[in-house]
Amino acid sequence: MVISPHPVSPLGLTLSHISHSYDMPSGTRPVLDDVSLDIAPGEFVALIGPSGCGKSTLLRLVAGLETPDTGEVLAEDVLVTEPDPSRIIMFQDPTLYPWRTVRGNISLGLDIRGERNPEAVAAAIRLVGLEDFAKAWPHQLSGGMAQRVALARALINSPRLLILDEPLGKLDSLTRLAMQTELFRLWKRQGFTALMVTHDVEEALLLASRVIVFSPRPARILADIHVNWPEPRHRENPRLQELRAHILEQLETGISNIAAS
Amino acid sequence: MQNSQTISEPTRTSAIRTKTGNPGPVPAPFWPWLAGPAWLLAALLTWKLPDGDDFPDTDRFALLLLAVGLCLLILTATRRLKGRAPWALALGLGLGLWEVVQAKFLLLPRPFFGTPQDLLDVFLTDWRRLGDSLFHSLLLLAIGYASGSVLGIITGVALGRSHHVRYWVRPLMRLIGPLPPVALLPLTFVIFPSTRLTGEVLMALAAGFPAAVLTWSGVSAVDPAYYDVARTMGASNRFLVLRIALPAATPQIFVGLFMGLGSSFAMLVVAEMLGVKSGLGFYMQWAQGWAAYPNMYAALLVMSVMCTTLMTLLFKLRDHFLKWQKNGLKW
Ligand SMILES: Nc1ncnc2c1ncn2[C@@H]1O[C@H](COP(=O)(O)OP(=O)(O)O)[C@@H](O)[C@H]1O
Ligand SMILES: [Mg+2]
Repeated sequence: MVISPHPVSPLGLTLSHISHSYDMPSGTRPVLDDVSLDIAPGEFVALIGPSGCGKSTLLRLVAGLETPDTGEVLAEDVLVTEPDPSRIIMFQDPTLYPWRTVRGNISLGLDIRGERNPEAVAAAIRLVGLEDFAKAWPHQLSGGMAQRVALARALINSPRLLILDEPLGKLDSLTRLAMQTELFRLWKRQGFTALMVTHDVEEALLLASRVIVFSPRPARILADIHVNWPEPRHRENPRLQELRAHILEQLETGISNIAAS
Repeated sequence: MQNSQTISEPTRTSAIRTKTGNPGPVPAPFWPWLAGPAWLLAALLTWKLPDGDDFPDTDRFALLLLAVGLCLLILTATRRLKGRAPWALALGLGLGLWEVVQAKFLLLPRPFFGTPQDLLDVFLTDWRRLGDSLFHSLLLLAIGYASGSVLGIITGVALGRSHHVRYWVRPLMRLIGPLPPVALLPLTFVIFPSTRLTGEVLMALAAGFPAAVLTWSGVSAVDPAYYDVARTMGASNRFLVLRIALPAATPQIFVGLFMGLGSSFAMLVVAEMLGVKSGLGFYMQWAQGWAAYPNMYAALLVMSVMCTTLMTLLFKLRDHFLKWQKNGLKW
């Protein structure tokens, strides 16, 4: 590994009976309904569900940006109450700071902790192939490059858990394919636990070792599918196509159940 | 080859057409050569035509015109005049015309309309007092504007980040903020022991209010995701305020600083004319009292140079702080 010479020790995660709701002017809006989930260290878990069902909310709870109404998030048996650099979240939008250069954005985590480590920054920049853009401003980057910067900015913290909220959702299909490969490669090398929301079933099946399917809001777990097949994975794999159909079916029944009730 | 020529043809003709239809501000090659002679002509007229009255410094004014004219010729020869040539030409002609109309033929009512050499004479004889006035104005402005801006930015950040501050400070801001600081002048002369302090307080108020409001609006508009990204990496509240809220709000803050500078200028003049016994405003008031119009114009000129220089400095500062932005207004 370029950034940290040794793979990080991945974080195990336990979500037990999590329910959460938001206060709205019209009353409370339940978003998560008794979600329980055990994630082993080093797993790559993909979360899939209808849009607006509460996936991002779940990720925010895991990151410690919010605390659940009821239930607990445990990271290695320690209650999660606030954010921690061992659990880094990456959003759909790169959310780079426009007043920092590419290098400045990537070194954010180090600045926050008052560390100076130019080699680590250079390594992170190399890792995502942006050597020529180290001094560029974010507005000079393409969407794919910006998301690479966001990835490097996350990885420089050597996270033990990488939380990804539709990280590739806004990229064009070619860039998306390249980034998928990159993400998978990084997960293999770095060895962190990955928790990724995606709306692309195929992407989930290509990258993740486990796919969780959620119901419409308030989110409940509809299916928990272990995807253990040999690598490299291919889209044409008949087993992948089979699982894809199965998951889409789950999603549809979830939606029609809501419509029926 | 053939093809590309037919394609490029229309572009060329249309370019020619726009050029003949609308000759832009770009001067033709001979154009810059007129700037120097215009000043030399003005010098000659000033020197040779008899004065209409007993004016001071006519010869020195002619000398000044001559010197500028020669400089312009050198600049033209070394091709450094460029786009400034039309302005140099117009200024030379304008000064020459002014000299002829007012110093030679006395066409405009005096003493309200002075002559160029009157103005020059003020600078040559009274530069010490003018300089002193400039210094005092700058001092008053610097202290009032700087303290007001800093306090305004701090208040704005606090308003943007804290419920408690919003609860207590917002009503006060709404009560006092929109009031022109000038309206507080009579009151503050009573409250504060010295007129200097009064001037500074009012100037701080004039600068502080726009800075506070614009900073506040900038800080409230910061994308919450900016905070989330930093918080997930363990950022302290201090980091969130100083390294995220402030830079993110900088474009807005500068709008407030520009507005504040404008109202500080206004406040400066009023304060110096009504109470503070020094500075350019006071000088102008005094000159007007003695019907010393050339002195008044000289002070006005110094004041406008001071204001535009400070404005330019602020623009430079902004360009430095906002170099990450794609584009910005050029001053
Ligand atoms: N801060 C908030 N305040 C109120 N409602 C929210 C907030 N964040 C999300 N929601 C609502 O919660 C629901 C789930 O949102 P989210 O977790 O973003 O869904 P997903 O990521 O699955 O699309 C949505 O209906 C959304 O409108
Ligand atoms: Mg979402």
